[in-house]
Amino acid sequence: MGARLIRWLTLVVCAALVGGALAQATLRIGLAEDPDVLDPDLARTYVGRIVFASLCDKLFDIDTTAAVVPQLATGYATAADGLTVTIDIRSGVKFHDGTDLDAEAVKYNLDRSVNLPGSNRASELAQLESVTVVDADTVELHLSTPFSPLIAQLADRAGMMVSPTAAEAAGENFGNAPVCAGPFKFVERVSQDRIVLERFADYWDAANVLIDRVVFLPIPDSSVRLANLQSGDLQMIERPAPTDLGAMRADTNLVIPSTASLGYQGITINESKGGARTDPLARDVRVREAFELAIDRNVINDVVFDGEFLVGNQPVPPTSPWYVADMPVPGRDLERARALLDEAGVDRVSFEMMVANNPEAIRTGEVIQAMVAEAGFDITLRATEFATALDLQEQGQYFAFPVGWSGRIDPDGNIHAFHTCDGGLNESGYCDPEVDELLNAARAAGTMEERYDLYRQALERYLPDRHIIYLYHTQLFFPHTVDLQGFQAYPDGLIRLQGVSLN
Amino acid sequence: MLPFIGRRVLTAIPTLLIVTLMVFGIQRALPGDPALMLAGEQQDPAVIAFIRAKYRLDEPVPVQYAVWLGQVVRGDLGVSLRTNERVLDLIASKLPVTIELSILSLLVALVIAIPTGVVAAVKKGRAADYGGTILALTGLSIPNFWLGIMLILLISVRLGWLPASGYVPLSEGVWENLRRMIMPAFVLGTGLAAVLMRQMRSSMLGVLKQDFVRTAHAKGQSGATVVVRHALRNALIPVVTILGLQLGALLSGAVLTEQVFTLPGFGKLVVDAVFNRDYAVVQGVVVVTAVAYIAINLVVDVLYAVLDPRIAAR
Repeated sequence: MGARLIRWLTLVVCAALVGGALAQATLRIGLAEDPDVLDPDLARTYVGRIVFASLCDKLFDIDTTAAVVPQLATGYATAADGLTVTIDIRSGVKFHDGTDLDAEAVKYNLDRSVNLPGSNRASELAQLESVTVVDADTVELHLSTPFSPLIAQLADRAGMMVSPTAAEAAGENFGNAPVCAGPFKFVERVSQDRIVLERFADYWDAANVLIDRVVFLPIPDSSVRLANLQSGDLQMIERPAPTDLGAMRADTNLVIPSTASLGYQGITINESKGGARTDPLARDVRVREAFELAIDRNVINDVVFDGEFLVGNQPVPPTSPWYVADMPVPGRDLERARALLDEAGVDRVSFEMMVANNPEAIRTGEVIQAMVAEAGFDITLRATEFATALDLQEQGQYFAFPVGWSGRIDPDGNIHAFHTCDGGLNESGYCDPEVDELLNAARAAGTMEERYDLYRQALERYLPDRHIIYLYHTQLFFPHTVDLQGFQAYPDGLIRLQGVSLN
Repeated sequence: MLPFIGRRVLTAIPTLLIVTLMVFGIQRALPGDPALMLAGEQQDPAVIAFIRAKYRLDEPVPVQYAVWLGQVVRGDLGVSLRTNERVLDLIASKLPVTIELSILSLLVALVIAIPTGVVAAVKKGRAADYGGTILALTGLSIPNFWLGIMLILLISVRLGWLPASGYVPLSEGVWENLRRMIMPAFVLGTGLAAVLMRQMRSSMLGVLKQDFVRTAHAKGQSGATVVVRHALRNALIPVVTILGLQLGALLSGAVLTEQVFTLPGFGKLVVDAVFNRDYAVVQGVVVVTAVAYIAINLVVDVLYAVLDPRIAAR
């Protein structure tokens, strides 16, 4: 009897210890939203990219300074005419289902990105005409026109490699159980609840993967997300409310790595989207200049974001190598703003500003409303639910809309689609053929110096038009518990778990 | 009996049709375009056109409705526009969460309401009665979501006793499951408890005045025995009726509670689907809910008819 009891107790203790050890190697991360479909070619959300960072390796990646570095590729060379790019592929890499990642697989993936019906990557690789397999470890990309941002595109979703075997077998349901070549493989997803990944034993850089299991939990409410972190139910969260940072810094159990994001927040002003407009804001650049001069960006940052973000006035943050330093963030100048309105022959300007229906956006709107009122703008705020706002924006039924962009590695991704006449994200209706020319030339130019100069020239033309008034750049925070070690924040906001361990 | 059931099933068909027409029409009358939502940040025109064609969003609404209805009749509720999962699978995975939450909240409500209601009735006009009334009013007045947030802050963050949110299926551990369900069930249950407590009190007061209660006292039974053994059973009948009526309120309360505690239930499914303009999911949820309501009513009617054959004859 005694022996049996001891044996039984030993079993229980062992089970508890094993259970404890297993629990320790599971990392639980709170996401601000539920990701969309987990197919890199169809995916469209920022939050989805966070999950992909653990699931799907890319041909290239970025380092903490946003410089492109090889990942599944080992290097590349661009031909002198800029029309052929040769990429060397890491050998011996396997997908989660055991399929070899070779040149054929890379060709399959790039073709899929371009040709898959509904692919969100097709426009990112619009210049890619064909891919040829040179040998098992080399592919050649043939372009219709030189395209400098190509390698940066391949450091994002367009460069993610999915298993051709699995993609063929699953067809359009691939995203329900993705098979890639990242450090973790897909286990299960319960939508709105969790996405579970587990360590991939045959990962090419397996020695650097120190966590057994990752669980992503979408928790939209930032205070509930934080509560879970503080109660120890999560080890990391993304996008905390800036106003909670003070409390988090006081918590000795938490550390908060952070970095400036690649994106921006600004006010898009409707000049002619959805047809010609006659309101003073759309018609007269002096009115828009007065509007900008009435705004103190630092006040927005201090009041709404506890001063945690970075004020800015260009599509890239002041910390970026692409920032044009001799066009600094303008200060508030009420007198000049009033004088400009006088010049424009208007006494007071009234219009409606559409704002997203969330507390931060509404507060930002209210701060702007109060500031510009002093210069002579009577704006009413129209809090609009996101789907409706998108629709109104698309139809051009708005005057001004504070809206942001999550940012891309190459500056082209922050600029071209917003400021070219036919740009897919040109919601203002702005059109200047010369800017188009400059921005297209910047895509084709080979060196950073040449490109910088072209972007600067374009900026000098489109910035004074103020169809987008850039306001600030979010800072990305990744609060995590102290037992999580080795984590670094990256400016694209993705959570990379290579080298991260849990004690 | 069979003709009676047949008649009831036949009358259910137009009801369902009206429900589907309403949800279809109202959704499409809302501003907001699912294709724009689905196209994401990049708003690629080619992708938007593809989505419109794939989900037939570019066709006239009556055509969309006919196609969808045809699918539904064959038992296919379509796929989620957002995640490409089958709507039926989504509903099947969310329903157990909401059912568990409702049952637990009901238990919480009964455990609170019955004793306090009884005590308030027995001690009518005394401190216990006023105390119970104040408690009930407080329970009714505090919004669910606020109570939820306060509980998270106190119990999870300050005291660290329970997880702040999330869900663990019963199959993965009863204790882990309950730990996450206690707070939501309490929050949802307290509102209901207040209604039930008031009902319990007034119904008990009525019963306590009746002759059989006086007889029981006269037989020399103790006060507690009279209340529990004789009065309570009779007083519960109207409470159970109210309980049935409140089930609908429980479901709508679950929508808010699930949001606060991030419980992946039915309510959260439909709220997120509405915000994402995920038409297929919203339609699927409404159809399933309507069918469930109609089925429950049918069963109740049939039961009435079994109990009282005159109903079936009418």
